[in-house]
Amino acid sequence: MTALADQPLEEQIAQWREYLRRRQAFQGPDIEELEGHLRDQLTALTEAGLAGEEAFLIAVKRMGSLDALSREFAREHSDRLWKQLVIGPGAAEGPPSTRHTEMLVVLGLAVAAALAIKVPALFGLQPDRGAEMFYFRNGSLFVLPLLAVYFIWKRGSGMATALWLALPFAAAAVFANVFPFRAHGDTERLTALHLPIGLWLVIGVAYVAGPWFTSGRRMDFVRFSGELAIYYALMALGGGVLIAFTVMMFTSIGMNPERLIGGWLVPCGMVGAVIIGSWLVEAKQSVIENMAPVLTRLFTPLFTVLLLAFLGTMAWTGRPIDVKRELLIGFDLLLVLVVGLVLYAASARDPQAPPDLFDVLQLVLVTSALVVDGVALAAIAARISEFGFTPNRVAALGENLILLVNLTWTAWLYARFVRRRGSFAALERWQIAYLPVYAAWADLVVVLFPPLFGYR
Amino acid sequence: MDMGKDLVAASATPLVLAILAEGDSYGYAIIKRVAELSGGHLQWTDGMLYPVLHRLERQGLVAAKWSASASGRRRKYYRITREGRAQLAAQRQQWQVVDGTLRGLWMQACPA
Repeated sequence: MTALADQPLEEQIAQWREYLRRRQAFQGPDIEELEGHLRDQLTALTEAGLAGEEAFLIAVKRMGSLDALSREFAREHSDRLWKQLVIGPGAAEGPPSTRHTEMLVVLGLAVAAALAIKVPALFGLQPDRGAEMFYFRNGSLFVLPLLAVYFIWKRGSGMATALWLALPFAAAAVFANVFPFRAHGDTERLTALHLPIGLWLVIGVAYVAGPWFTSGRRMDFVRFSGELAIYYALMALGGGVLIAFTVMMFTSIGMNPERLIGGWLVPCGMVGAVIIGSWLVEAKQSVIENMAPVLTRLFTPLFTVLLLAFLGTMAWTGRPIDVKRELLIGFDLLLVLVVGLVLYAASARDPQAPPDLFDVLQLVLVTSALVVDGVALAAIAARISEFGFTPNRVAALGENLILLVNLTWTAWLYARFVRRRGSFAALERWQIAYLPVYAAWADLVVVLFPPLFGYR
Repeated sequence: MDMGKDLVAASATPLVLAILAEGDSYGYAIIKRVAELSGGHLQWTDGMLYPVLHRLERQGLVAAKWSASASGRRRKYYRITREGRAQLAAQRQQWQVVDGTLRGLWMQACPA
């Protein structure tokens, strides 16, 4: 068998190889084996006097149709149709040495996060002895900087980037701790809740590893965030099982594992899982289908039905919304959910594809969410003076407005797209461009609200 | 001659094992040997040999090893194992029974 000098023939072989590669049933070595066969056949045929083109046609024909072939391979290797996530050597692309290093880096960072959360205890800050608000405010600061380090390392960003990214974390640490919060006040809770949202954008900057506003990887960061949330939930479930067994086994020998669980297992697991989860999402990108878009497909119709049923019932019975104190936050969460559904539907969509039924459904979902929120806002606005402006209510109102603006414009873009007057890309651009707004509002709440409302 | 699909499939295992019993070989050479022995009557779709080889490998009847060929490309060579030889012997007996039975029948029906 000699190397075939025929250039077009080499191209044809490459194309054929590419066809094989696209089928899941074939793996690298199979393709190499089949290609070797094809080349042997080609050599024999050309030696028998056939021209390159003819020899290729005959050799490929003798190999059998790709469909039949991949069916046979799939029957023999049915395991390959289940995409496998093999952790450790042999899993991802790239030379084994870098994969090995990556695993060490990830484990190192996870352990560092787990230890970091225990450091304040050395200085007498115990979560069960009055310092729980300290941990609540600073929780994200124990793990997100380390996650940023992971992405800086992974993307090979330089020292300068690292220093720039350190700034917001330092600022966050200052704002979380310098204000003289009144004990268990609203502003302290708001800071604790909004700090991670603001810092998540910093993780995004580390993730895209480049100028944020021009990066094509911003949508990847959205995908990453969704997958991480799912992985985190799964790991939390596993952790729950682990804890249940810890309790069961240690109690059976007459010991109380409460301190071990509350003091170590839960806090260390919570921060470590963020790093491990991020690494899993990065490592399995091409291995497992994304879950977030699948869940989106599943729940978009259900939530649309819920919203329509709610509106229908309200119109039918004429019952007004009973304005309670926490109502605004409830409707905020509803809008967050709808934005999430839109975002993750967009993340899994081919922007070039024409509008289909699902897009119409999304438009109905967004519109009905807008109407529901409008009705709720009208009811709340009528009585807001009665309640007074507490920090919680101002924050919730601001968030409601931000989401409302997003969804209104989304509905407009969606309507244009469904009527084929605009492109889906415009909608995707809008959603991506809007991401920093959430972080900016969160930063505002962290920085301005405590002094504005007298730290109450 | 168009062989039935089932017959081709059923004969694949003993054929491959018997050829490998002659000596280590690789896919293309096995196909060529089959065509040669059958006088071109037994035509396999080339690609279909490989799932068969992989199945035999999984069952432990053959073992595979990648080594360099004369042209420098890697090639996957197959070797029959001890279990493979035992399996071949068993299959040989079975085929001989089938062959003998059919032969007896056809000798009676239409003595050539």
